[in-house]
Amino acid sequence: MKWSEFFVTGEPMIYGAMVSIVLVSLAILVGLTYFKKWGYLWREWLTTVDHKRIGVMYIIAALIMLFRGGIDALMMRTQLAAPEMKFLDAQHYNEVFTTHGVIMILFMAMPFVIGIMNVVIPLQIGARDVAFPRLNAVSFWMFFAGAMLFNISFVIGGSPDAGWSAYFPLASLEFSPTVGNNFYSLALQISGVGTLMTGINFIVTILKMRAPGMKLMRMPMFTWSVLITNVIIVFAFPVLTVALALMMFDRIFGSQFFTMSNGGMDMLWANLFWVWGHPEVYIVVLPAFGIFSDIISTFSKKNLYGYKSMVVSMLAIMLLSFLVWAHHFYTMGAGAMVNGFFSITTMAIAVPTGVKIFNWLFTLRKGKISFTTPMLYAMGFIPIFTIGGVTGVMLAMASADYQYHNTMFLVAHFHYVLIPGTVFGVLAGMHYWFPKIFGFRLNEKLGKSAFWLIIVGFNVAFMPLFFLGLQGMTRRQYTYSESTGFGPLNMIATVGAFVLAIGFVVLVYNFYWSFRHSPRNEGGDPWDARTLEWSTPSPVPVYNFARVPEVHEQDAYWYSKKKNVPLYSGEYESIHMPNNSGQPFILGIVMFLLGFFLVFSWFIPAIIMGVVTVIMLAWRSFERDHGYHISAKEVMATENKLRGDSV
Amino acid sequence: MKINDTLPLEYSTEENSNKVFGFWIFLGAEIALFSTLFAVYFTLWNRTGSGPSGSELFELNGVLWETFLLLTSSFTCGLAIHAMRLNLKKPMMIFFGLTLLMGLGFLGIEISEFVTYVQDGATLQTSAFLSSLFVLLGTHGLHVSMGFLWGAGIMLQIKRHGITPETANKSFIFSLYWHFLDVVWIFIFSFVYLKGLM
Repeated sequence: MKWSEFFVTGEPMIYGAMVSIVLVSLAILVGLTYFKKWGYLWREWLTTVDHKRIGVMYIIAALIMLFRGGIDALMMRTQLAAPEMKFLDAQHYNEVFTTHGVIMILFMAMPFVIGIMNVVIPLQIGARDVAFPRLNAVSFWMFFAGAMLFNISFVIGGSPDAGWSAYFPLASLEFSPTVGNNFYSLALQISGVGTLMTGINFIVTILKMRAPGMKLMRMPMFTWSVLITNVIIVFAFPVLTVALALMMFDRIFGSQFFTMSNGGMDMLWANLFWVWGHPEVYIVVLPAFGIFSDIISTFSKKNLYGYKSMVVSMLAIMLLSFLVWAHHFYTMGAGAMVNGFFSITTMAIAVPTGVKIFNWLFTLRKGKISFTTPMLYAMGFIPIFTIGGVTGVMLAMASADYQYHNTMFLVAHFHYVLIPGTVFGVLAGMHYWFPKIFGFRLNEKLGKSAFWLIIVGFNVAFMPLFFLGLQGMTRRQYTYSESTGFGPLNMIATVGAFVLAIGFVVLVYNFYWSFRHSPRNEGGDPWDARTLEWSTPSPVPVYNFARVPEVHEQDAYWYSKKKNVPLYSGEYESIHMPNNSGQPFILGIVMFLLGFFLVFSWFIPAIIMGVVTVIMLAWRSFERDHGYHISAKEVMATENKLRGDSV
Repeated sequence: MKINDTLPLEYSTEENSNKVFGFWIFLGAEIALFSTLFAVYFTLWNRTGSGPSGSELFELNGVLWETFLLLTSSFTCGLAIHAMRLNLKKPMMIFFGLTLLMGLGFLGIEISEFVTYVQDGATLQTSAFLSSLFVLLGTHGLHVSMGFLWGAGIMLQIKRHGITPETANKSFIFSLYWHFLDVVWIFIFSFVYLKGLM
């Protein structure tokens, strides 16, 4: 292989990206050395097994990926702003929409959701950590290795270019001969395994580690949503694992699963992909539903309306999510019976979702509403998500879908579902739980400005796409002629996209501003909230709960505040904690290298990395690590300091 | 570490009981994984292209030996856990050793079978049927191989530390895994080999 094939060449924008990657990496290395932060980084972050820090790392990674995927989006919108634009060529455009989709779903939405889960769930159920803290770190580093492997593809080897769904035969070696789709199969595989382990970890955590008295039906709604989400993860991700493995075999080892000859079946890929892919949509949306439920209840000063129906409707969505996959390819020609079945199951999902919408509205009814930033995102979510949902029902009708299929109407629909449903959810959650981790709130004024820019920009960017789609503009087309008449609406959409981008810049500036200027010492409960996490001091000490709380009601902390029932009683005891470990980080590097070598079919180094992986597993098995104890005296001293001797 | 003496050793600490429960959920994910592989196989099993079909390829003799070895190894694995609960270290080690030896025998037959297939010109690249066959059997075989290494590692730990809550927990989880592989094999035996020979 020549160097000119190894690195992506001939694109001025990519040369620019290479230079900036090198410069930023150098700046980070020099900065860490200059400020003598290597030890700090290693001890406090890279080796941590603390769920709060792992959660923060997930969220930081997700925000970086949000900007990477966002730049992809702006490039596409610039290319489409006017007819016959020459900003990107067809191949480059293909790569950009592919990486945009993959990154936004798998490396932005997923880690953001999992990051918030990590930060919040143990605190919400009164636990000191997740069930398997070390495994949790492995999950994170697997995700991170996958994300980095995927991202280097655009400077080394070339990005995948067959769409985020990588349909065969287009994604086969025959029609996509570059290594791009090898990156796709291996990067997603590595981070997918990490996600699967997260799923197992959180199911065990929620089912086995709740504080005494917290029955299932007393759990906060976010905890419920995460439990159900993780059940979906555990049953959906193995399907992705298999699909990606078969893709790898087809592309790297010449098997015949999805080929056009020797009995291969290309539509088998589409089926496998969406058997995972549709549940995946609910994996990123359900936790956001949980976040909104908690936020709406907190800022309406009311308990959640219809708690039981919320739980039942999420369970219904979980079951239905596995029964709708074929609605992604009605036009495949599976026949009226199949399309009819999937039409009905798809439309049926609107029912439990509608139940949830009404529950939120009834929670708001006669509530004492305070319009904080997280609450604004929740309020913005309800109407916009409803538009997304209703257009989803339009797409669900198989016969009508022949008209909408693969048009901009579909693009508008899923952005109208995923942006309010997931992005607003995680942003709301981030603003809401930020003080719990850092001890200060994000500035409300900047937060609200960002919100208004985002919501206005979003609607201006995506509403025109509905009309463009109905006029016949297909998705993934990289240019159009003036005679189509698509120009003006596209220009409006592009303006909206840039407003949206400015909103995100303000949002990030808010971190900087608040870090410098926000008032500290607001106590553990700045929002006057309802669930257990707010009964701890902010920032939360490493052991979370000095004493294990006793739960008597739903919204345990609210109940304890209103009825004056103490959550905590008894003496401080010594607390058992897990030790930090560098192994998960090293395993992440090994996985990255293993994936990288396989991408280029360099089998000997790949086999070496495989052997190293097995050795690391054995090393872990033989390790005797029983953690350490924080003494009762030390716990008492920390608590007195954090709570100002008041408790 | 709080040890609850009313429970079997492998469940006796909170961490242990979480691990067993977590492993059951992992097996749930494994069921989803193998179900998908079976679904792929059933979709492709008669799409043989220009390659041989199952009935031309399969020979019952080796498969019967594989089945016999794996099922018996599952039985000895159960006996090992029984010995563990009676706190009998030596019989436990012997039964575990037998389990792993039979696992190795299974792998030997499977590998020689794969070699025969390839020599007959039936490779991963030949047809969709053979791709799905090799990947389904290979995934199971890879699980058995990993199980062999894992089990050997656990035996070394029992030898070194005796039957403790920690080693008992590991052994028990390993036994769950081994039985699971047996269950998967029963499906492979019935729906790949017997059905393919018909």
